[in-house]
Order: sequence, then structure tokens, then C-alpha cells
Amino acid sequence: MAKKMLEVSHLRTKYITRFHEDVYAVDDVSLTVEEGKSLGIAGESGCGKSTLALSLMGYYFAPLHYMSGDIVVDGQKISGMKPDDVRHKILGSEIAYIPQAAMNALNPTMKIESFIEDVMHAHKIAMSKKEIREMAEERFNDLGLPADVLDRHAVELSGGMKQRTVIAISTILSPKVLIADEPSSALDVSSQKLVIRMMRQLMEKGYIKSMIFITHELPLLYNVTDDIMVMYAGQMVEKGTAQQMVFDPVHPYSKGLMGSIIVPEEGMKTHTLTALKGTPPNLKNPPKGCRFADRCPYAVPTCHAMQPDEKVFNTDRMYRCLYSVRRLREVYANGTAAAKPDDTAIFQ
Amino acid sequence: MNTIKGVFRSGKFIVGFVIFILILGTCIIYPLIVTSDPLAMLGQGNFFPPGTYISQEEAALEDPYTLQLPVEINKLDSALDVGTRAEIQSFLIKQAGVAESEIDVTDAEALAKLWKDNYDPEVKYQGLTSAKRKKLKRIDAAIDNAMRESGTMIASEGEDGALERDKTIRDTDYINTKDVTRKVLPLGTDNFGRDVLTELVAATKSSLKIGLVAGLVATAIGLFLGLLSGYLGGFADNLIMFITNLFTVIPSFVILILISYSVGDQARGIMTVAIIIGITSWPWTTRSVRSQVISLRNRDHVNLSKLSGHSMLRIIFTDILPYIASYVVMALILQISSGILAEAQLSMIGLGPATTKTATLGLMMQWAMNYSAHLNGSWWAYFPVVFMIAFISFSLNLMNTGLDQVFNPQLRD
Amino acid sequence: MELQQQNQTTQQSSSKIEIPENSCLSGRGLTKIFGVGKQTTLAVDHVDFDFNRGEIISIVGESGSGKTTLSKMLLGLISVTDGTVYYNGKPRDISTAAKKKEYWKDIQPIFQDPFSSYNMFYKIDAVLDDCLRMRGAGRLPEDQKTAMKTEACSFVNLKYAELTNKYPFELSGGQMQRLMIARIFLLKPRILMADEPTSMIDACSRATILDMLLKLRDEINMTVIFITHDIGLAYYISDKVYIMEHGRFVESGTADECILHPQQDYTKRLISDVPKIYEKWDLDA
Repeated sequence: MAKKMLEVSHLRTKYITRFHEDVYAVDDVSLTVEEGKSLGIAGESGCGKSTLALSLMGYYFAPLHYMSGDIVVDGQKISGMKPDDVRHKILGSEIAYIPQAAMNALNPTMKIESFIEDVMHAHKIAMSKKEIREMAEERFNDLGLPADVLDRHAVELSGGMKQRTVIAISTILSPKVLIADEPSSALDVSSQKLVIRMMRQLMEKGYIKSMIFITHELPLLYNVTDDIMVMYAGQMVEKGTAQQMVFDPVHPYSKGLMGSIIVPEEGMKTHTLTALKGTPPNLKNPPKGCRFADRCPYAVPTCHAMQPDEKVFNTDRMYRCLYSVRRLREVYANGTAAAKPDDTAIFQ
Repeated sequence: MNTIKGVFRSGKFIVGFVIFILILGTCIIYPLIVTSDPLAMLGQGNFFPPGTYISQEEAALEDPYTLQLPVEINKLDSALDVGTRAEIQSFLIKQAGVAESEIDVTDAEALAKLWKDNYDPEVKYQGLTSAKRKKLKRIDAAIDNAMRESGTMIASEGEDGALERDKTIRDTDYINTKDVTRKVLPLGTDNFGRDVLTELVAATKSSLKIGLVAGLVATAIGLFLGLLSGYLGGFADNLIMFITNLFTVIPSFVILILISYSVGDQARGIMTVAIIIGITSWPWTTRSVRSQVISLRNRDHVNLSKLSGHSMLRIIFTDILPYIASYVVMALILQISSGILAEAQLSMIGLGPATTKTATLGLMMQWAMNYSAHLNGSWWAYFPVVFMIAFISFSLNLMNTGLDQVFNPQLRD
Repeated sequence: MELQQQNQTTQQSSSKIEIPENSCLSGRGLTKIFGVGKQTTLAVDHVDFDFNRGEIISIVGESGSGKTTLSKMLLGLISVTDGTVYYNGKPRDISTAAKKKEYWKDIQPIFQDPFSSYNMFYKIDAVLDDCLRMRGAGRLPEDQKTAMKTEACSFVNLKYAELTNKYPFELSGGQMQRLMIARIFLLKPRILMADEPTSMIDACSRATILDMLLKLRDEINMTVIFITHDIGLAYYISDKVYIMEHGRFVESGTADECILHPQQDYTKRLISDVPKIYEKWDLDA
């Protein structure tokens, strides 16, 4: 079995708003990423995927607060560490994080080269200017970035180039885990492709040991990551390989999400476009039963009363629904079954 | 509604608002209590310091109470301050040749006795400057005075021209201050003998009035031109911006001085000055309103309103004005604050309201300056005014920052 | 003034130009140049097109390709630098405010950002009441108006009773955008100009919006001009596709022709840049 690069168990974090209300944005999330593997996290906006990204780093600052659960990076437990220790010892060297607006983080008055020097100084790595330069040039070449970018200022670079530069800088220390939160969503499709290509190169050349990729664009996830986890209202609802998740989703929510995929391919002719109704629940006071019950076309009264647990099926897949997999497949094939108030058939 | 609630959650705004309301409240309530004319000349002569004033004649004629306080020692103690005692000591040692061990500077009575024994005003002591000699004479007189037991006599001229003793005011005579007419002047009087406090309240009121009128005039002009220029664009924009730039390039204070001067002393009332300030300070508002409108003009809801066939006037009033309303309120607050400052500046150089019937903060400063209050140490004539201007401007700016925090999501914490 | 004269001369000289009979909106040599003097930007560069009645036409291009400028010209929100727009086979005349008002009865937009499409100081009823007034139904009795508004809302799967007296910010992005479609349903213009109507809303609500646009076409025979940067969306929804690059149409045709069998390099590149799920997405191409 491959080495586990990131292992998260039962992580719960919350936001405390300006009006002192608690918002449970990440609620009992467990995940594992092995060496050389990548995990995609999908979901609607507001489902907690960006919060999960922030929570995974173990670096909490108001209004985000840690509640419970463990985060283990390559055997080292980082949950419960002091924020300053996390910042000095984990971020950058163990975990790198790239948000959507990363490209705006470059100080326009500094040369790209000096950012890399800064990274080295911040992590107390003794290297001469020349050595750093050589190392950076080699890394940039390897990732398909022209080396003369190092001599430029951020303002001289296009949006896509800036984003790729930031990714190259943040992974310069070859972190164990790269967390990318919508790294390409603000870019046009051609720059997006280059960013994706670079992420793949990082994995292939071993500059990063594992990756978590967060986006709402499912076709992108399908092409980038090995596994996909779908999140809804702060919880994991289904997890499986990319292939399984896109072509054989089990949970009604993943089913709906996959039904919204639109690609310019001939296969679209047989693809039925589905739409989910309604909006996600308010996480200030989440519903008592299944969080998706209000929007689920197959919900029976039990769903509104009982919280589903994570269930494993086919040995490697997980989902969170009261229905049994068999019943779900039946329902998808035959349409909504007549639901009775004491419907226990969903469990069979 | 939420915005208004948000405004009152902002600490900065509340502090500014409370200070401003206190100032405003004082301006309204104080004249109800003190109804006298704020510019009535209470005293004759310049700059009476702050304090409680008691009618001297009444005090002298009032029946005294005899209080057995240890008068003499008391008087001596207060007459001989530390500096005086040091001088006495140095005289006794150097000129009179008294041994240092015999002198006890803490005991005023003993010191006075030693002095009387050794000092003779007729002798010309050696090794002293004439100023020092005079000083010693004054100390001697003061000690005599403090040691004297008989009181002050009040006499009146009799029919035969001889003085007749009416009354002797003894050292032990006291009167109760409640029995005599008093006048409290917490901030003293100004050069014309007018009560500074009452004057200050009246001046604050008229300065606020000037600020408000100037602010309203400036904001109205600025808003009108800004809306027009921003929304219409093209030639109208170019023309308005040309005029605006013209006003921006020439310092508005210079224009203010020129207009103030050319209006003439006779016509320069409070309202005239306010309006003059107003019509010279609008370019700033115009520019910022214009840039806001330009960014709003291309917003989708404005386009949608256009496509729904609404007239330009309606679009400006319903689709643009509400969006910049908070901004305009903030601009107005700043304009009021700068209007008050402009009046103060203008008055300081003598081009403020030419009136003797009302005071403004600027005029008070000018009077204080003209009569050299700052040179002769009459701080009460200008310090309170300076503080008042600072407080008004501080409170308004604080309110503005508070509003900015609420209206501008980027500045929220 | 100069511009109008220019327009008129083009109109006279172009009387020989053939406009297909079923064309609803056509353009010949349509050009837009921003700025004056030396600093000019050519946003739309002599484009020709014929948009047929009852079709969904997609204009696909990357950001900065001039597609939004073209849509604003067609809406009559910005002036045309050169060329002519033909409406129903005749040169479009929107020289006066009254004629503009008349033209806008036939063409209406849905904008990209639902959050900025509403005046946040007015309840959403104001938007719908505006539509009724525009259709001349402003003086109808109140219950009749409510019935019309309810119908429009139910067309987009919204409940009028739940929405009335609400402010725009109380709605989600998807709901706002659907309400914009309800507005179109009330106005029933001949042409709908949908400028990236789904780009600001969640993928899950995207399908709903697209279905509604299709429904508008099918039930009211509306011509829908769909502007997008997402070639997948264009493929799914449109009858005709125009690919736009640097202010020019580089390729046009039916969705199948254009997207499954592209001829131009630009189109091919655009398609190869989009992630695939049925075929392999070649990242190195």
C-alpha cells in the first residue's frame, strides 16, 4: 500500500460571523490522499469546499475556527499545532496552497526571482543567490515556463502566466501536498489548459507528492484527478474514482451534479441534462435529517428525520445517503418510487 | 434599514456622532439658559482671565463674619513662597552674616523675625545689583504687610471735608460669597470684555450654520454637475470637466479671497460668506460624483432601465442617485467640515463675515489675534475656539470614516 | 450628426444588398471603433451575419473578442461606427427616442451578472410592473396584472406569491436570472439577446436557464442570440454558431458543423482547450 500523504479524519471547523453566529462549514469530513495520487473536490458554491481547503492546512485564523478531528501530513499530526509553528514548519514545505486569486498576490514592484529568494529565506534554507537562481531556472524550464520570467515583474506577465508563476513559486520546496482551490477559474480556457498541464507535470515529475484540486467544473476534475469527492453543505456525500463518479454516480446529489455537465462532444447527444432545484441549506442551522433531503427528488419522510452516515460499497467507494445502493439504482431506472411515511424499503 | 443599523454599529461613527450631538445640543440648550446677548460687553477693558468675579463694593459693605483663623502665620506663610525664602536665606547669610545653622526656612515666623532683626531698608548693602536691592525692599514691605494687624479702613468724606471712618475691615473679617453678587466667567472675557463662553456657543452655532449652508451649496452644485457630466458623457462631460478642472487648478482659496474681497464689507453677512464658500468648493464633489456615475452608467440595471424605455431623468433619479446617496452624504459631511475651516481661514485674514452683531469661530480668532491675545498670554480668548474647531472637524471626519467603513465593504473587518 | 449622415449613405448604397427573407436581424459590414484620434480600438471589425427567426444563435469567443460590444450594438445601447443593422429585412432606424422605444419592444436582453441587473433599492415587483407598463398593460385591474405576473413566474418555476415584496438581494443568483427570463416572458420580444446568462451562476442551475431559453424559442418562437465563451454550452443549445476572434467571425454554421467538424484553426484550438469526458483531452496539443 502506498504511503499516505494526507490523512484527515472527522474534521470539523466553523466560522464565527460578525454577529457571533456559528456557521458549520466543514462538518465531519474524512479523506485520504496517497502518494502520487490526486483528489478532486466538487460541489456548488457555498458547499464548503473552499473552507475545507483552508481547514486542511491546519492554519486557522478568525473567523475560521478549528473544532475537532485530525489532520496528518506524511505521518506528522498538524491539527492542534500552534498557528505560528504551522506557518513556519508546514506551509510551503509540507503543504502548498493556491487560491483562485493567487496571481494577485505578487507584489508588482518585485522581480519574480526575489519571491523565490524570499521563500528560501523564510524557510531558512541556506543557498547562495546563484544556487537559488540555478535551481529556479531548472524548475521553471521543467515546468514549461521561460526562464526569463525570473527577471520580470509581475505586471509584465499575463494573467495565465502569473498564475503559473505563482504555482511554480509555491511548489519550489516540493511540498508533500498541493491544495489548489479553483486555480484556473478566473482564466480563459487557453490559459486554463496551460495551468492544468502544469499541475499534471508537477505530479508526474514528482515535484509534489499529492494534490487536492477543488473546482466546480466537473469535466476539469475528470481530466485532472484520480479520485473525486463531492461535497454538499459541509459534508462529503460521495467519493470514488473520477471515472466512476462521472459515469456512474450513486448519490442523488452527485447524480444531479453530473447531469449538469456540458461538453462540446458528440456524446452530449445521449447525455440528459438535469437540473437541481432549490438552494443549499443555511449552515447556521442545518436541517435535522439528511442535508440534501429538501432538494432531493427521491426523499421520503425518513430522510427529513434521520441523518445518514458515510457508507462504504464496492470496497473503495463511499456515499452518504439513507438509501441502499441497490434501491438507488432501481429508483434511477424506474423513476421515483411511491414513498410511504414509514418507508423502510430504501434501506434494502 | 440594515445599513442604518450598521452605521450605528460602527464605533467610530458613534464617537463622532456623540461629540457632534453634544456640540449641537450645547448650541441649542445653552442660549435657553443664558439668555443674555452673547456679544454684550460685560467688562470694560481687555481680556479678563477666567474666574469668579465678586462685587468689591458689596463685599466691603457686607456685614462680616469674624473667623478666628491663625491669620498672621497664615498670611506670612502665603506671603513667603519658596523663592522668596531662598532669597531671604541668601541675604541673611551673605549680607547679614547670620550662620546658616540658625536659619530655618520652613518656619515662616522665625524667618520673618530674623529678617526684621537683620534687614534695614535704609542701609545700602554691598554686593547686590540695584534690581536685587529693590527686590529686597519689596520683600520687606510684603513681610510688613503680612505682619500688620490692623485692618483696612473705609472712610467717607464728611460735610466739613474731613474723612470719617465708616468701617474697618479686619484680617479676621470674612463674608459669605453667597451674600454678594457674583459673576462666573469660566473662560474669562475677550478684548471687548465679552463673556468668551457665551460668545463661543453663539459662534459655534453660526459657524455650524455657515458650514451647513456651504456644504449644501457645494454638494448640490457638485452633485448636479457630476451627475450630468457622468451620465451624459461626450461634449457635456468635456465642457463640465473643463470648468471643473479650471476651478481645481486655481486654488479655491484664492478664488474665495477674491470673491470675498470684491463683494465688499457691507454685503458680507454670514449667509453671503457661506454661499461664497459653497460655490468655490464644489469641484471636488463633482469629480468624485462623476467617476461614480461613470462606473454606474454601464451597469446592467441601468441598461435594462434604458431598454425598458425610461427617460434620462428617471434613470438618474431611480437607478443612479440611490447608489451614490451614501457617497454623497459622506461628501456632504466633509464639505460641512471644510466649510467651517474655510470660514475660519477667511475670517482670520479679515475677509470673513463683516458683522458686529454675531460672532463666528473665525471672527473670534481674528479678534483674539488683532488684540494680541497670543502675545499677552490671554489663552482663554483663542484656545477654546481652536479646540472647538478641532472638535467639530474631528467629529465630522470620524463620522465620515465610520460611514465609509459601513458603506465600503472592502474596509469592513 | 456626422454619424447619422454616414448611416444614411450606407443605407442608400446598400439597398442592393440581399437580405434573406427569414432573417430577423442581419448585419453588413458592422464595425465598432472605440476612442478617437490615435488611441482607437477596433472592437468589432466588419462583420456580416443573418440571424433567422425562431433560431438559437450562439456567438462564441474568448474575452475581448468583441462579442459583448456586438451585442450592445445590436441592442442599440451604443452607436454603430460603420455598417448597417437590418431588422426584418430593412435597415434599422433608431435615430429618435420614440423609434428606439419601439425597437426595444422587439429586442430585450438578459445580462451576464444577475446581481447587477437589478436596482437593489426597489422590490422585484418593480421590474415586472415595468414590463406590464411597456406592453401597455399598465392600467389593467390589479388582479389581472397579478395573474400575468404569476404566469410569468410559473414559466420559470418560481412562485410569484413567494417573491412579491422581496428585494433582489433576498434571492439567489439562479432565482434572479430566472426572474430575468420571466421578464422576457412578460415582454415577449421577438429577439432575446442573452449575454453569458449562465456564467455567473452555479453549474447546477445552469441547465435550468438553458432549458428555459429553449422553451422560449419553442413556445413563443423567439429568436435567441446566445453569447458565450463556453463552446460546450453553445453546442448544447444552439442551431447556428458564430465563432468570433478579434472582432471578426472566423467560422459559422450549424452547431454540428462548427463544433464537431471545425474547419478553422481558431475553432479547433478553442475546442481543444475545453476539457472532455467522452474522448481523451489532449493536454499537450
